[in-house]
Amino acid sequence: MRKACLDMVYELAKRDPRVFFIGSDLGAGTLQQFKDEMPDRFLMEGVSEANIIGIAAGLALDGKIPYVNTIATFLTRRCFEQIVVDLCLHDVNVRLIGNGGGLVYAPLGPTHLAIEDIAILRAIPNMTIVAPADAEEMCRFMPRTLEYQGPIYIRLAKGGDPVVTCPEHPFAIGRAIVMREGTDALIVTTGVALKSALDAATLLGERGVAATVLHVPTIKPLDTEAILTCAADVPVVVTIEEHSVIGGMGSAVAEVVAEAGFSPGKQFRRIGIPDRFPDQYGSQASLMERCAITTARLVEVVTELADRVGTPTAPRRSSV
Amino acid sequence: MTASTASLADLKARAKSIRKNIITSTTAAGSGHPTSSLSAVEIAVALYFGGILRYDPKNPHRPERDRFLLSKGHAAPLLYAVLAEAGYFPVDQLLTLRKLDSPLEGHPNMRRLPGVEASTGSLGQGLSIGIGHALAARLDGRDARVYVLIGDGEIDEGQVWEAAMSAHKFKLDNLVAIIDQNGYQQTGATKEVLDLTPLAPKWEAFGWSVQEINGNDQQQALDALKKTSQVKGRPSVIVSKTVKGWPIQTILSKDPNHHGKALTQEEMKQALALLDAR
Repeated sequence: MRKACLDMVYELAKRDPRVFFIGSDLGAGTLQQFKDEMPDRFLMEGVSEANIIGIAAGLALDGKIPYVNTIATFLTRRCFEQIVVDLCLHDVNVRLIGNGGGLVYAPLGPTHLAIEDIAILRAIPNMTIVAPADAEEMCRFMPRTLEYQGPIYIRLAKGGDPVVTCPEHPFAIGRAIVMREGTDALIVTTGVALKSALDAATLLGERGVAATVLHVPTIKPLDTEAILTCAADVPVVVTIEEHSVIGGMGSAVAEVVAEAGFSPGKQFRRIGIPDRFPDQYGSQASLMERCAITTARLVEVVTELADRVGTPTAPRRSSV
Repeated sequence: MTASTASLADLKARAKSIRKNIITSTTAAGSGHPTSSLSAVEIAVALYFGGILRYDPKNPHRPERDRFLLSKGHAAPLLYAVLAEAGYFPVDQLLTLRKLDSPLEGHPNMRRLPGVEASTGSLGQGLSIGIGHALAARLDGRDARVYVLIGDGEIDEGQVWEAAMSAHKFKLDNLVAIIDQNGYQQTGATKEVLDLTPLAPKWEAFGWSVQEINGNDQQQALDALKKTSQVKGRPSVIVSKTVKGWPIQTILSKDPNHHGKALTQEEMKQALALLDAR
């Protein structure tokens, strides 16, 4: 996904002279062709992220479209003030590409884990947040970034992620995608967690629990209409994401369904990273297991909640 | 779009008018940063009325314009007084400073007031934005120049020094930083709070072309800004030594910093009389 994203930046730069790439001492090899062919629009800065965001804002105020790429933690946490003031208050067309959203950099330790990037950026007016599920979806999404007004945060996963989306689902920023439909439960997901959601839905189907899978690649602005429509006719709603349970996509969905009048009998649960720093050092996969952000856990939670409401035989209420 | 030129006497008259408007607008608002604004008047007057900055109040977003970024955003009353004097909006609008629904906010908001190039107030961020403008101008083949006014307390921020490295790397000779070295920050003298003096050798060490001036001397301010256009291959900085509150600091002698406070009605009367007597 990361390679697809950066390759797309190169492709966009070739056809649009407004496109810049700005990196911060990271991944110099990835965009060598960009650097060779368009050196004036390829800036590889040092370890000076705050300054980079300001430069990007200045360029964007003059009509350029800078794509800024570095590790997600240093982009979002270190530069939070610059993102709020220089990018969002000015409402400029800067695209932030954050490497390693979630637990990707587990081998590098907690300093490199972007587990709250969605939460903190979601609170900023004018910000758009997109987390594609795989490389192909990334390629459908990136051209949309050329003509979109305002700053965008693009959350990257590890790379080599299995392709689970399909070209029949054209990408529109702000639109959620119904990946499969069922009447017993709704699974809402974003980014690479879509794979777990689809696998879980298959397993649940084998157990007689029919689940809708709603993929929400744009976390802000949130497709509230799609969420409410999908949630209307199911008794169980479960979210799954590689992000803290505080403030992420799951929280966003909870806000929407709660304010719409979520019926008391219905069940809602978030699956995500618990509110604590990792108590264990390991690979991304091992930390995902530790945090229980897995297909197995999703199946377990949906089954448990479905049993609680008596799905699929119990009568259902149709309001959200 | 041509920059206006004026005689030294004209510039001094502009400076006096702008100083009065800074004082009256902040006193009318009952808050603001008059002393932080007053120290940098000569630099701003030289920029806007001394033939340095090319701008067009009738077409404030014209791409060919030069950019002035007030990185020390708390000196907003100075920027507003200058923009009014330059014809961006009527001078009497200055008295709406900090009033509900006024575009003259406590810190400049570029989305609400034409002529403001960046929304500043979070210190340390203007020079980086200036680099972006300077790079864009160079790439587009525009000869636009970028001027960034920075406070001497503001340069405590590490981002300013990141930008100092970056501007030198890009050899941005269309970028000019002006440090308004008035010697005070919010809680006291900069030498006591966080001493970064001497400033000139630090900027020289970062590869910038440095001038040191008496920034409250109108002719020196004008000459220094003019000289920056002759510098090639590196950015310029003017270390502008000023007096906070100049020249009404004598009225505020009990508190020479007088940071973030409007003058009282009585102080304002004395200050305006003092300006008229000069």
